[in-house]
Amino acid sequence: MADLSTEFLGIQSPNPFWLASAPPTDKAYNIYRAFSAGWGGAVWKTLGEDPAPVNVCSRYSAHRDTHGRILGINNIELISDRPLQINLDEIAQTKKDWPDRALIVSLMVPCEEESWKRILQQVEATGCDGVELNFGCPHGMPELGMGAAVGQVPALITKVTQWCKKHTRLPVIVKLTPNVTDIVQTAHAAKTGGADAVSLINTINSITGINLDTMVGYPSVANHYTSGGYCGEAVKPIALNMVGQLARHDETASLTVSAIGGITTWKDAAEFLSLGATTLQVCTAVMLNGFKIIDDLADGLSRWMDQKGYRNLAEFRGAAVPSLTDWKKLDQTYKSIAHIDQNTCIQCGRCFAACEDTEHQAISFSSNDDTDRKFEVIPGECVGCNLCQITCPVDGCITMVNQDTEA
Amino acid sequence: MASEGVRNHRMPDKEYQDNFSDIKPAFTPKQAHIEASRCLYCHDAPCISACPTGINIPSFINRIASSNDPGAAQVILEANILGGSCARVCPTEVLCEQACVRNHPPECQPVMIGRLQRHAIEHRQKAPHPFSRSERTGRNIAVVGAGPAGLACAHKLARQGHNITLFDAHSKPGGLNEYGIAAYKLVDNYAQQEISFILEIGGITLETGRRLNLDHQLADLAIQYDAVFLGIGLGLTKTLGLPEEQCEGVQDALEAIEAIRQTRNLSELPVSSKVVVIGGGNTAIDVACQLRRLGAEEVTIAYRRGFQAMSATRHEQLFARENGVRILPWLKPIGFETQAGHLKGVRFVKTTEDNTGQLIDTNEQVFIPAERTYKAIGQSLSAECFSSCQLAQSRNGKIRVDDHFRTSMNNVWAGGDCVDKGEDLTVHAVQHGKLAAEAIHQFLQQLEV
Repeated sequence: MADLSTEFLGIQSPNPFWLASAPPTDKAYNIYRAFSAGWGGAVWKTLGEDPAPVNVCSRYSAHRDTHGRILGINNIELISDRPLQINLDEIAQTKKDWPDRALIVSLMVPCEEESWKRILQQVEATGCDGVELNFGCPHGMPELGMGAAVGQVPALITKVTQWCKKHTRLPVIVKLTPNVTDIVQTAHAAKTGGADAVSLINTINSITGINLDTMVGYPSVANHYTSGGYCGEAVKPIALNMVGQLARHDETASLTVSAIGGITTWKDAAEFLSLGATTLQVCTAVMLNGFKIIDDLADGLSRWMDQKGYRNLAEFRGAAVPSLTDWKKLDQTYKSIAHIDQNTCIQCGRCFAACEDTEHQAISFSSNDDTDRKFEVIPGECVGCNLCQITCPVDGCITMVNQDTEA
Repeated sequence: MASEGVRNHRMPDKEYQDNFSDIKPAFTPKQAHIEASRCLYCHDAPCISACPTGINIPSFINRIASSNDPGAAQVILEANILGGSCARVCPTEVLCEQACVRNHPPECQPVMIGRLQRHAIEHRQKAPHPFSRSERTGRNIAVVGAGPAGLACAHKLARQGHNITLFDAHSKPGGLNEYGIAAYKLVDNYAQQEISFILEIGGITLETGRRLNLDHQLADLAIQYDAVFLGIGLGLTKTLGLPEEQCEGVQDALEAIEAIRQTRNLSELPVSSKVVVIGGGNTAIDVACQLRRLGAEEVTIAYRRGFQAMSATRHEQLFARENGVRILPWLKPIGFETQAGHLKGVRFVKTTEDNTGQLIDTNEQVFIPAERTYKAIGQSLSAECFSSCQLAQSRNGKIRVDDHFRTSMNNVWAGGDCVDKGEDLTVHAVQHGKLAAEAIHQFLQQLEV
């Protein structure tokens, strides 16, 4: 089997799968269960200064598709609500008991150098492997001038990162918020401040829905609601894009990346690695399925690597970066045309409805009687948009066939 | 004195209850939601044209999937006001579900449209009635027969503002839905529940227990009312033309089904231990399975042709086998054996087909012992209907109608089993009634005020 062992800023872990800083990493009990299950590392849920914040009841809500499956969830939970010393003691014990796992501690304190200096010294004493600066939490904490309130201002990112580099020898990871216009700018600010790595993405500002009986949104706390951080499978494309943009821009390409955002299967993991990530942080997938999914993640990834002949993660890290480019550099002479395989077509006509109503009227529909329905592509009209292939419920029935454009 | 072997209380009471509970129970909301999400929302969906009443199936399923069950019910009821009973009794496997594109590989499993339809109707808006009546026209229409055709016709006409008098010979309305369908397909008095809902619209005066003598009364009805719709079904069970057919042990399958449907206590019904059912349609299956479920020990369906030719669907045949019913094809009855007036069994000749497809007898004979035999060989229309010569008759003895279900009489329409359309399902009858109502409405609009 392929070698999944990972080195991240000199921190070793048996595999690239870490638990992201979040409710599952709130205390030693959960993290011991995760490490027993096989997780390669964990980022301890964000520590702040005492007194610890008080969390509200009703913290999560789901966004489901019309079939009831969860697309994503959001949360309004704050940073750790346990006293700082309890967390520090547990971190020290955990690292002692699990020396081969990566143990990073997430931090968020007010924007004052003294505050950062004090907590960095306390954390360093635990023997943990590194710190992650939580500049991303989008709910609650920004109202106190922390979290995303820092992460949305490049100058603040640089300043706080500089303080941290000054006051600790531990590797410093800056966790970025996606609630910005240009992720390259904020990542570059972290680099300027001396960050050893960035992790992204934190959660996205969101309201998952409104209870139409009470006219209160989710998650509702008594008669009110507030925007929460969206995460889970639905955010993967946004996270992939941000990781990809950092990898292809000169200012940020050299940053080590720990990728976060909707990683649910080994395929998601392989995609983030191919866009240059070194480690992968997972939260929602374990919140919905438990720690046992680590077996499936690791097994799927290493089998795929075996099949492709990759012996270790470095052999394909960033492999999808060179082909990511600007729109203007795309080949405008490239042509592909849809082809419908009549042998596997089940005659639902979804492709026809999509093309006829919303695209280029490039599919014909003929029917002798109701048992003989035929949907065919009109090559001269097809612009190769892929929509018919997307709507088709049969795998492999519609293919986009590259056209020889050299003739 | 009943024959030997014919008795009631064959099983503990609990077993009767279990055997006659709903064979296809309602979906839970979660089940319905999951099943609804399988619909592909096809373009020009084949299931719609496979439904005799043309229900917009993808639309109602999409409404179930998007948590709008009352809206789903409205789509169904707009096309088929008896959508609730059709959901329960339709052989969906040869109608909508057969046309579902999910039957194709790789899935090979249609969406369960019938059960979704039942779910939608059960979650319809309960009040007010989902349809309102147009401005009153003052026109009066006689609808004869309160079966599916007559009910669909009456409801549609009531919506259009006409007044309807709905006659039925039985003490209860419903026709075959009330009297001729296996009990476990329409539990909880469903036929009557559905009729109460249909009559909620208003403008329909129900006159049950009124058997009209069409020979004498049809001409009067056509004068007294602006229009007449005949949904009278078929009354007479055909005869085999065999000696001793009139003996006590030879019974009509539909009468047996009616007795089962109408009894207050299933355990009181006398059932024989050995039964032969003659026929190959859904009535044969319904009587055979119900007798098994009432405790009959050996039930055999004998059919004169092969399995393929049976009008009972493969699904129904399979259901019969699951009920422990034996189906024997290629047997034609040639006589009944009796002893002191009691049936002892049925003699059959084995049949085959010659190379032109003509059914021919072989030399081989078979005797099947039975204390009771049920004839499920179809029905015909009483010739009395035609004796006054006002109503034209089709070649197979039914009422001749045109494409708009108009009979040879100027203001008389007909639909359901009594007309010659080669369609005999509940859902066909509903469509006949609906189309006839549209034609009648048009006719009435053209009348001078």
